[in-house]
Amino acid sequence: MRMITYCDALNEAMIQEMERDSNVFVYGIGVPDHKKIFGSTADLLEKFGAERCFDTPIAEDSMTGLGLGAAINGLRPIHIHIRVDFLLLAMNQLANLVSSYCYGIGGKVGVPLVIRAIVGRGWGQGYQHSKSMHATFAHIPGLKVICPTTPEDAKGMMISAIRDNNPVLIFEHRWLYWQTGAVAEESFEIPLGKGKIVKKGKDITIVATSWMNVEALQAAEILARNGIDAEIIDPRTIAPLDEDIIVESVSRTGHCIVADNDWVYCGFSAEVAAMVSDRCFGKLKSPVKRIGFAHTPCPTARHLENQFYPNAETIVRQVENTLGIDKIDLSNELFYSHENRFKGPF
Amino acid sequence: MKSVNLDLYRTMYLIRKSEETIQKYYAEDQMKTPMHMSMGEEAIVSGVVGALNLDDQVLGTYRSHALYLAKTGETDLFFAEMYGKVTGMAQGKSGSMHLSAPEKGLLCCSAIVASSIPIAMGAAYANKYQKNGKRVAVFFGDGATDEGVFWETVNFSCLKKLPILFVCEDNGFAVHTPREHRHGFSSLHKVVSSFDCNVFEEKSTDPEVIYRTTQKALSTMEQNDKPCFLRLHYYRYLEHVGINEDFDAGYRPKGDYLDWLKLDPIRLQREKLGTIGFSEQQILELEQSVDEQIARSTEFAAESAFADACELHTGVFI
Ligand SMILES: Cc1ncc(C[n+]2csc(CCOP(=O)(O)OP(=O)(O)O)c2C)c(N)n1
Ligand SMILES: [Mg+2]
Repeated sequence: MRMITYCDALNEAMIQEMERDSNVFVYGIGVPDHKKIFGSTADLLEKFGAERCFDTPIAEDSMTGLGLGAAINGLRPIHIHIRVDFLLLAMNQLANLVSSYCYGIGGKVGVPLVIRAIVGRGWGQGYQHSKSMHATFAHIPGLKVICPTTPEDAKGMMISAIRDNNPVLIFEHRWLYWQTGAVAEESFEIPLGKGKIVKKGKDITIVATSWMNVEALQAAEILARNGIDAEIIDPRTIAPLDEDIIVESVSRTGHCIVADNDWVYCGFSAEVAAMVSDRCFGKLKSPVKRIGFAHTPCPTARHLENQFYPNAETIVRQVENTLGIDKIDLSNELFYSHENRFKGPF
Repeated sequence: MKSVNLDLYRTMYLIRKSEETIQKYYAEDQMKTPMHMSMGEEAIVSGVVGALNLDDQVLGTYRSHALYLAKTGETDLFFAEMYGKVTGMAQGKSGSMHLSAPEKGLLCCSAIVASSIPIAMGAAYANKYQKNGKRVAVFFGDGATDEGVFWETVNFSCLKKLPILFVCEDNGFAVHTPREHRHGFSSLHKVVSSFDCNVFEEKSTDPEVIYRTTQKALSTMEQNDKPCFLRLHYYRYLEHVGINEDFDAGYRPKGDYLDWLKLDPIRLQREKLGTIGFSEQQILELEQSVDEQIARSTEFAAESAFADACELHTGVFI
């Protein structure tokens, strides 16, 4: 099958949906400029014109209200934020209006609004340009939250999000943009709320979100060389969560580690741990362990940033602890970094 | 005014040379932080900060190399922070986008557009409450005026007659989006004029003009107890973020740049120093002392250590 990047997959999904449905439009700060949101909005202005692809003032809150208003009047807006950190300015509209609109009118009208937000990382993005916070949004009933990891998921889930009659927030990790993967040329949907087994395994379950799937895969390779067969589950959708795929896996392996691309405390990893302890209680051979960002704002300097972010090594060390095996020599491993990018495919 | 002009030149020269130093070394990949360069805005920052008292307070944005250097005059902590070293102003935790020096009156810089504007209002409220006579100047771009929080802050500051200067450094662009694509009105300062405040506008690259305008603003504020809004135009020489030019991107013509470059604040101010009685020798000596300061600071930064890994967890709370 044809190989394209995650970024191109997002772009293709939007183009195909805009061709299919003239109610779809795309907007946000910098959306039509020459940088095209890292390339993900390329050709939209040229193909669909300024009424369906436009720039906005720096006014996230009001522009989110615009999305809600347009959505309940028959359009299907896609609002883009180049960083999750800027999406936070729209929290009022999201938590007080967008999320509860449908419920508040007795379930009569949905809100087909898509919000894309990019998770920054590296080169000193620092504490105001690197947030993930998908759990914070997933905490709010009435919002769907997805974190596609592969190009195929990016395209299929974006299309599902656009066709969904409810608000969907898409969190896209910037470091995933460069990777390539096999993606069908024609339009297709990947249903929201369905997880995926990224790698089959029998010894331990690693539930990973977004970029942490890349780290988990590298960890699994290292572990495989050392006789450990890890299974990796990408829930892909944070809300609503595909509990069954996790329960089924943990029931088989008896061990569960959650590697979330976010802070740990009160985060998505806590949700999974609670759910697993509830539904796999008798089958767990070890406590569920959680991996995520350090509980600090994200520092700028590289060496501190490296301390802040977990990686494949963090996962390997946790697996060793959980399974009670000897420390693996990692001195010859090359881990991913800003310079050593993951290029895919999975 | 003669010594003021020399001071203004020193500040502007310090800013320009510091940023040229960043440009020179950035390719070595040791400064791993995004750079929003101040080149072009030196006269504004130097003029406004020069007219403020030392204990007056300022706040800024991610584009605040100039503000930091003008307010503190120091380059050791500055360069060490750019290099992410433990000797930096935040041990490498803040980088280029979030400079601060609270002990010298730079309360904070924020990389979330418009977000320091209401903080400045709070600082001004505290100063008024404490009757300490300090004024607050908050620097922000024209893009920040797109945000509701700007208007909310102007409103409340006017309502409460707070001692605050809103300094809009207007380069006509928010990243690549020109004013005309963002504003449903034609004159920003006219709109702000309908609030109960004092409004000033300048399109000068002469720091003395900015200095005098700021002095006038401060004395008017003193007399009528109303906040001031200064709309000060300039041209951003480099790309939005990064150390290079970006005229090939096509969103703004290079001709505009060349027109502004004819009025480059540093060059004009240097020429002025000559006409008001400073000898070439005096100017060279000043420049040399700044050059040496920067050279010492970059060396200091390069030689400094990185913070210990455990530093990651310190400073979240006091
Ligand atoms: C709330 C928020 N939205 C979007 C951004 C992304 N962004 C960074 S700088 C910028 C443009 C700001 O323009 P302006 O205020 O004129 O400042 P300038 O860069 O021209 O100095 C934008 C949109 C941001 N940092 N914060
Ligand atoms: Mg601007």
